[in-house]
Amino acid sequence: MARKGILIDVNRCTGCYNCFLACRDEHFGNDYLPLSAAQPLNGQFWMQIKEIERGKFPRPKLSYIPIPCMQCKDAPCISAATNGAIYKRDDGVVVIDPEKIKGQKDVVNACPYRAIFWNEEKQIAQKCTLCAHRLDEGEKRPRCVESCPTGAMYFGDLDDATSEIAIKAKELNAAAFHPEYSTDPSVLYAGIPKKFVAGEVVLADNPGECAQGVKVVLDGNGEKWQILSDSYGDFEFEGLEKNTSYTLTVEKEGYAPYTTQIFTRTDVNLGEIVISAL
Amino acid sequence: MTEQVFTNCTNAGPVSVYVKDGKVQRIRPLVADEKDFKPWVIEADGQKYSPKKKFNIAPYVHGERRRLYSDERIKYPMKRVDFDPDGERNAQNRGKSAYERISWDEAIDIIAKEITRVKDTYGGSAISGMTSSHHNWGIVGYKMGPFARFMNMLEFTPVLDNPDSWEGWHWGATHTYGFYWRLGMPEPYDMLGDALQNAEMIVFWSNDPDTTRGTYTGQDSALWRTWLKEKGVKTIFIDPFHNYTAGAMEGKWLAPRIGTDTAMAMAIAHVWITEDLYDKEYVKDRTIGFDEFKPYVLGETDGVPKTPEWAEEESGIKARTIRTLAREWAAKRTILSGGSRGGEGGACRTAFGTEWARMMVLLQAMQGLGKPGRSIWGTTMGAPSDVDIWFPAYADPEGRIATSSVAGFLPFNPTKQRLWRLTLPDAVLNPPVSWYGEGFCGQSLDQQFIHFEYPMKGYSEIKMFYRYGGSFMGTLSDTSKWVRMYQSPKLEFVVNQDVWYNGETRMADIILPACTNFERDDVGEWGACGGYTCHASSGSNFRIVVRQQKCLEPMWESKSDYEIFTLIADKLGRKEEFTDGKTELEWVETFFNHSDLPKVIDWETFNKKGYHIINIKEDYKPTPALRWFAEGRDCDTPDPNNAKRGTDKAKELGTYSGKIEFASESLRKHFPDDEERPVSPHYIPSFEGHRSDSFKKYGLQLLSPHPRFSFHCHYDKHTDWLDDIPIHRIKKDGYAWWPARIHPTDASARNINNGDIVRLYNDRGGVLCCAVVTERIKPGVIHSYASSAKYDPLSPGNADSVDRGGCVNILTPSRMLSKNVPGMTPNSCLIEIEKWEG
Repeated sequence: MARKGILIDVNRCTGCYNCFLACRDEHFGNDYLPLSAAQPLNGQFWMQIKEIERGKFPRPKLSYIPIPCMQCKDAPCISAATNGAIYKRDDGVVVIDPEKIKGQKDVVNACPYRAIFWNEEKQIAQKCTLCAHRLDEGEKRPRCVESCPTGAMYFGDLDDATSEIAIKAKELNAAAFHPEYSTDPSVLYAGIPKKFVAGEVVLADNPGECAQGVKVVLDGNGEKWQILSDSYGDFEFEGLEKNTSYTLTVEKEGYAPYTTQIFTRTDVNLGEIVISAL
Repeated sequence: MTEQVFTNCTNAGPVSVYVKDGKVQRIRPLVADEKDFKPWVIEADGQKYSPKKKFNIAPYVHGERRRLYSDERIKYPMKRVDFDPDGERNAQNRGKSAYERISWDEAIDIIAKEITRVKDTYGGSAISGMTSSHHNWGIVGYKMGPFARFMNMLEFTPVLDNPDSWEGWHWGATHTYGFYWRLGMPEPYDMLGDALQNAEMIVFWSNDPDTTRGTYTGQDSALWRTWLKEKGVKTIFIDPFHNYTAGAMEGKWLAPRIGTDTAMAMAIAHVWITEDLYDKEYVKDRTIGFDEFKPYVLGETDGVPKTPEWAEEESGIKARTIRTLAREWAAKRTILSGGSRGGEGGACRTAFGTEWARMMVLLQAMQGLGKPGRSIWGTTMGAPSDVDIWFPAYADPEGRIATSSVAGFLPFNPTKQRLWRLTLPDAVLNPPVSWYGEGFCGQSLDQQFIHFEYPMKGYSEIKMFYRYGGSFMGTLSDTSKWVRMYQSPKLEFVVNQDVWYNGETRMADIILPACTNFERDDVGEWGACGGYTCHASSGSNFRIVVRQQKCLEPMWESKSDYEIFTLIADKLGRKEEFTDGKTELEWVETFFNHSDLPKVIDWETFNKKGYHIINIKEDYKPTPALRWFAEGRDCDTPDPNNAKRGTDKAKELGTYSGKIEFASESLRKHFPDDEERPVSPHYIPSFEGHRSDSFKKYGLQLLSPHPRFSFHCHYDKHTDWLDDIPIHRIKKDGYAWWPARIHPTDASARNINNGDIVRLYNDRGGVLCCAVVTERIKPGVIHSYASSAKYDPLSPGNADSVDRGGCVNILTPSRMLSKNVPGMTPNSCLIEIEKWEG
């Protein structure tokens, strides 16, 4: 027994799409029966890349979240399929049997991660197998992990506490993407972006110089953070919870304080905050 | 049949090719024996940095299998249906008429007869031909091999290339710090180690290395930037587009108005001078002309001090921000990353782009260029790399079958006439044309001052054009003039030889199908261009020379370029001259024996194993770029083309004075009164920018950088898997559109929504794209990559037609960098944009 999985460090992902294209190269037009049928030309993304643009000009942020099948321990697709068409192998890989799955389109909607795709022509559901056919031949990792240039992906046995992936998962405090789906995925993530609040402090009586070292306080959600504006007068609070109310205060001795209420429905760029001398 | 695994190489990485029953199953990053790798280690601040034993190829190389079997392959020789070499040629229908399949015999017969007719009637100079770059890999088959060898035999008129990706550095920076033998790029040696050990900040100025990837070295350097980010090196990105490297490294983003980077640079110099924040000793000992430069910066010569407030007016970047940047740059050991190879970048492809490139060098000179952490480095080259084992690269004369001393017969071309790539259509349509500069001026600074005029006395205008590849609709500027050129009856005969259909292919009279480098034998070192970019494979973590094994027979009726030229030469009775009696595989072995590889591996082993990794020696000693110059020592870097190295002038740079020149001696000698490239650099507002008259009509600036998921025009439409990458193309209504990025304020002012099909237009033409509304672009700027391979005019054959393929270069100006600088200026381009209702 084992639990093969991938750990994805989103902070290291540059959005190069190598993983997506390597997957396409491995599977397009190539059957690996009985583990997987060939990926068709259109509409299937066994390794899907989700681009996340946050914030506003001139303080945007860019992240990419690669999303394969999560190889869930409690995979909803397995119970949605009939005839044992989807099953879990001893190594934890969830496999759709290309023969038995024929006509079972409902399994596509069983996956909350939308990682199962319907092949209209063959009338089968398909998805990532962690390149199980390659693992069975002795390869050490799936094509997607092999192709990653920055080491943003780790592959291995999550149940083996001595494995690189298990050690890294602990170190990076990795967790499921969308834990609320409660499927216990074997693909884990570090660095999934949350919300951020940013702005630039400007002194009304000295706009030709950046306002470095001004105290900025963010208060909310039962916590309070205090930072100083950087050399450009910029400040940023990263990793905030979504849909949460905060109070932001800018304070500098001899200047009128600035306070505003923030709600993190999206990321917030407050732009220039001009404070005036008293 | 069992699976066979072959080795091969591409222009962005080495690969293993798995073939079963004559069909390619998969193409992986080359799978090498782990024992062959001896990774280097760089120690910095108690950490050890070392690459994994693997090759990080570029994304599009994962699509090679799809490109190999693409529907866009040219499968058979074709003839334009209304072309009759013995009757009506109907040149006016090029780009419009259909084609019919003909036999190889018929095609070769027509071409040989036309060559003979044109040569007999007008002389060899009436034949011209040119290639696109980089469409395959391997020195035997590369364009500078068979194509050049054959064309020299015909005594043709060569077309000189402009240094398209780094214009300002070539025509400007060389007059500031030399390096003409690198066409304006700095030497890259051991800069990765310098960065890890010494850098506190990196200013990426007009540079997106995660996208342009050091040209050939795939994604090996992506890991280096990950290290630098995780190490906490501060990064600044100056670019109108929040580029992909900025996204990955999460640096501070400054978005100046296009064409005003030089003003920002002047203001930084102003801060340093007025606040006494520059390296005065270095300026005194290592530079000349500061006394001419300083008064201009301070406004003593023109009454305009180049203050941060002045620069804010021009660039839109706040004066306080420029001030802080200048102070931090001076206070921290700061690397200037002015383009993928150190120099390059869109800012040098603008009006007067020489001035920006010169300022990049001068700013870094004011901070002690060459001292630890004070380099000009693109972050894509300069890993520890062995330079003792020589293997010829395509740009080395010794690496081309056209010029190498290993050839028994070397054809000599006596024709002195030249054409200039950017003005080739003008030369055909409206001669005469003239310009200064002998193309890639890598032999001397003085090559830049040679005057050329076409037609040259004693030679013919060109009558026959042999095009090899055909990407210019998507890469050069004001490109609809290429359609006009092709439709001129002055071009009596046009051939196009290529692997895939490209924008210009269907402008030819005869089309010939070439095969890919997977269908023939070759050899090549990953990332090595040689010549003017010597030791470029230091952009890879491991040097690897790949025996590019023929993986399958040429498909359909395609043939290798070498074989095609052999057939034509045979018809002309000159086969032996062309082939030197050798097959392609025999040329491979000849080059192998000519190189240093036999010292470390024998031919049989190399030929069978398919690769050899050249690791660094155990006693490797770094020689950081320009450290010798900063420290006043003889040059100790292994840069073989530095003519002063090893002489009594070994302490000097390649400028006339041997120092960094704030006032250029070479420009003073040749163009002392040139106000558009003055002796000491100036900020000159763009001829097509926010101060131009046309700005009232076309109020948006177009930024068209090199693309992220193609290599120039290669891959793109020949690899339709890429259409599933929305950064590259966006599928809508059954068509894969080229994206145009627009800020929400500009979009809403024009009632444009994300995903709308829009027309980008100006007086030069119109191009349809798919709108991407994003906060990552400066308001007032439209970002759409250059190098669409798909030229798809709504009205084929009509040069004025709207294109829906995404060739935004149709919109860019013909005007050159400045009056004496024949470089292209695609980023000085004003447009409007509107929702396309069809």
